[in-house]
Amino acid sequence: MKFDIFELVGNQEKVMDLILEGIKKAFYLLITFDPEVMKITLLSLQVSGTATFVSLLIGISIGVTIALSKFPGKRIVVSLINTGMALPPVVVGLFVTIFLWRNGPLGFFGILYTPTAMIMAQTVIATPIVMGITLAAIQQLPQKLRLQILSLGATRLQMVWILIKEAKLPLLAAVMAGFGGVISEVGASIMVGGNIKGYSRVLTTATVMETSRGNFDIAIALGIILLLLAYFINLILTQIQQRERPR
Amino acid sequence: MVDSTPILEGRNIEVKRGGATLLNIPSLIIQKGEILSLIGPNGAGKTTLLQSLSYLSKPLQGEIFFKGERVNSNHSAFEYRRKLAMVFQEPLLFDTTVFNNVASGLKIRRMRRSEIHRVVMEQLDRLGIGHLSQRSAKTLSGGEAQRASLARAFAIQPELLLLDEPFASLDPPSRESLIEDLERILRQTRTTTIFATHDRLEALRLSDRIAVIKQGEIVQIGSPEEVMNHPIDEFVASFVGVETVIKGRVVRGSGGTFVVSVSGQEIEAVGEAHLEEIVTLCIRPENVTLSIHASKEATSARNAFWGKIAKITPLGLYQKVQLHCGFPLVAYVTNQSLQDLSLTEGKEVKASFKATAIHVVRRQEK
Amino acid sequence: MRITIWGALSLLFFLGLTSAQPQPKTIILATTTSTQDSGLLDVLIPIFEKKTGYFVKTIAVGSGQAMAMGQKGEADVLLVHSPAAEKKFVAEGYGINRRIIMHNDYIVVGSSEDPAKIKGMKSSSESFKKIAATKTLFMSRGDNSGTHAKEKVIWKAAGINPEGQRWYQQTGLGMGQTLNVTAEKKGYTLTDRGTYLALKKNLGLDILVEGDAILLNIYHVIEANPTKWPKVNAAGGKAFADFMVSKETQEIIRTFGVDKFGSPLFFPDAGKKEEELGK
Repeated sequence: MKFDIFELVGNQEKVMDLILEGIKKAFYLLITFDPEVMKITLLSLQVSGTATFVSLLIGISIGVTIALSKFPGKRIVVSLINTGMALPPVVVGLFVTIFLWRNGPLGFFGILYTPTAMIMAQTVIATPIVMGITLAAIQQLPQKLRLQILSLGATRLQMVWILIKEAKLPLLAAVMAGFGGVISEVGASIMVGGNIKGYSRVLTTATVMETSRGNFDIAIALGIILLLLAYFINLILTQIQQRERPR
Repeated sequence: MVDSTPILEGRNIEVKRGGATLLNIPSLIIQKGEILSLIGPNGAGKTTLLQSLSYLSKPLQGEIFFKGERVNSNHSAFEYRRKLAMVFQEPLLFDTTVFNNVASGLKIRRMRRSEIHRVVMEQLDRLGIGHLSQRSAKTLSGGEAQRASLARAFAIQPELLLLDEPFASLDPPSRESLIEDLERILRQTRTTTIFATHDRLEALRLSDRIAVIKQGEIVQIGSPEEVMNHPIDEFVASFVGVETVIKGRVVRGSGGTFVVSVSGQEIEAVGEAHLEEIVTLCIRPENVTLSIHASKEATSARNAFWGKIAKITPLGLYQKVQLHCGFPLVAYVTNQSLQDLSLTEGKEVKASFKATAIHVVRRQEK
Repeated sequence: MRITIWGALSLLFFLGLTSAQPQPKTIILATTTSTQDSGLLDVLIPIFEKKTGYFVKTIAVGSGQAMAMGQKGEADVLLVHSPAAEKKFVAEGYGINRRIIMHNDYIVVGSSEDPAKIKGMKSSSESFKKIAATKTLFMSRGDNSGTHAKEKVIWKAAGINPEGQRWYQQTGLGMGQTLNVTAEKKGYTLTDRGTYLALKKNLGLDILVEGDAILLNIYHVIEANPTKWPKVNAAGGKAFADFMVSKETQEIIRTFGVDKFGSPLFFPDAGKKEEELGK
């Protein structure tokens, strides 16, 4: 294999050209509000946003409950949750698909290849992440804090709410981790969503499709748009996280 | 008409954990308006007792009566908890402003915003931290934070205040200043207070009654004078600051006094005792006088012994002098006296104390 | 501040919900990635949906997976191009009304350097023999797609088993990606003309062998058998299949791609017999 410096430089140029093309394309698609790209982006936000929201409800409530209780086998449950944080999304996608098949146990819902199915799969992926981080966040609060709150006359529910507020920094990190995990997810989304144009196509699945078709400039453009989307959402969340601190 | 029902009564409180009995209190009665200290070494069970009394952790066995009513179900426990407030050794403030911290008990009770503002500022001023109301709780010094924690407790106007070693983590000037303020507020508000500490001087200063706790049991409970001057056994004695605790045998006695032989020396004490009985003599160091002259004057101190100074330890306002006069004896002298008498380690001095200053502990079968 | 957070969250939630409305009269169409990538369906499906009111979920996977979906009753109608497998599919009772729609052809492409010297050969199986003889790099899709199936037929005709040989690599990817890898590595591959034409500009691969009868790529539409799987949308599947063989649709197929690539991508064949095809 001969080492040709010109070829190497030439290749770098080709790659840079490609990326530049992609950036230009991304700009163009955004500035002109290209309808298909807008639809795809909005759907990404809706699906991942809903999934993150549901996973917050489930993850925080269960995470807080487990963190505050004592029961035999607690350690096993906690390690299961921690393992769940590393669930491979494609495996989740596969299992959700099998469940949602027409002839599968949940087939009568008829929601395979719909955004709802994508929300379901993404919720399954995000929930352990949120749960695990919530667990750790609540457990690292001083033990006596619970007693202090109870001694101020709080009901158990009020106590839980105050503890959640005390842990708001790591909990917001949990939100960002959950959202980050699903907005960037593609394997499960393709399997359960079907990447149907105008219906269940999101930024990640569209990127894969354009790549497999060889349309690299569009693929890079979509990738850049996805990055921008993720950045802006996290900017908002970080603002909330850091702003709540009094001087 | 004075209500004779005690504000709080605990009966047969028992707490066991992992086979060990952490607390065993057959009875504890607290009157409204009194300040009771729980003193004892670390691990004696003071914290466990406070938590049991507050019903924050359910006692394994036993009953708590608040103003005559039994506290047991979740509802009555909750109602009871609403009437008390607890302050811990750590301030445990929330991650927000001082104002919001002090207001938290009130917000929990859903008080109106305008009312909250009035009450919170009042409490902050009372504890001298009004100027800190908008500061983040995390930026306070130890003393300031503990003041905030106390303000938070007082804001809800508790009928019962529980303090678990609240001054233990403070540096001496902060502690001194806070104890003063707390004393003033407690006397003003006449809040019933139960307060755990391992510092007997704090207890002595603030309490109406002192309970000495050892290994989960109350070994003695009474007024500070009772406990300090008439400790019921060596443990209590050493805990309340009786420095000289010596054992001896009664060799003779008559008419209200008796003589105890201790390491060859004879000490005269007042009270009743049987011949040949082994007794423990407790002598407070404040009651021991030192002189360097063989005095020909008759003093009313029946006991006088020559001894050599083994060690002198400065304790701030006074000095602790440990000497050996056949038996170990501890005396407190002022700095001035130390200078006047030119006391140094190794010097021979005469130590004297009255027979009436000796507290005799007779061996009692439990 | 709190209100705005809650407001934003609820808004997002409801937005998410509305996007998840179940569609009335849905058909699941299982087809291949190359059919999807040609862009033909992007033209035909909206016309069909407008005409009939059905909502078509086009699931583009490899032929193998498409037929597997049909076997499980998870698709209502198939549009595939893997004749041998299709026949087996129908014989086993999974599909009914297998009808021919159109055809295009496969071509053998490679770099202009053409180390195995197969350019212009008339027989694809002979060209494959030469590639094997010179041990030049050959990229296979290796995913049980129609393309892959056709490729295996040619190897069989050539009497060669390339499996396991170092010059024979399987990507497991779609046609477009496989073409890119082939161009990158300067190898040979078998591709359908449609995908090649769509990517030709940036590829750098030349057409080396074409026109062999064996290279014909014939598309059929098959309806899922409702007696085997009662849950399939039999009426919908039939409606789509009928649409595909209709005169109007066939006309659209005939002219599809001409303005973009200069030549049509597909040749309509509804009503013909398989044996009649080819030149």
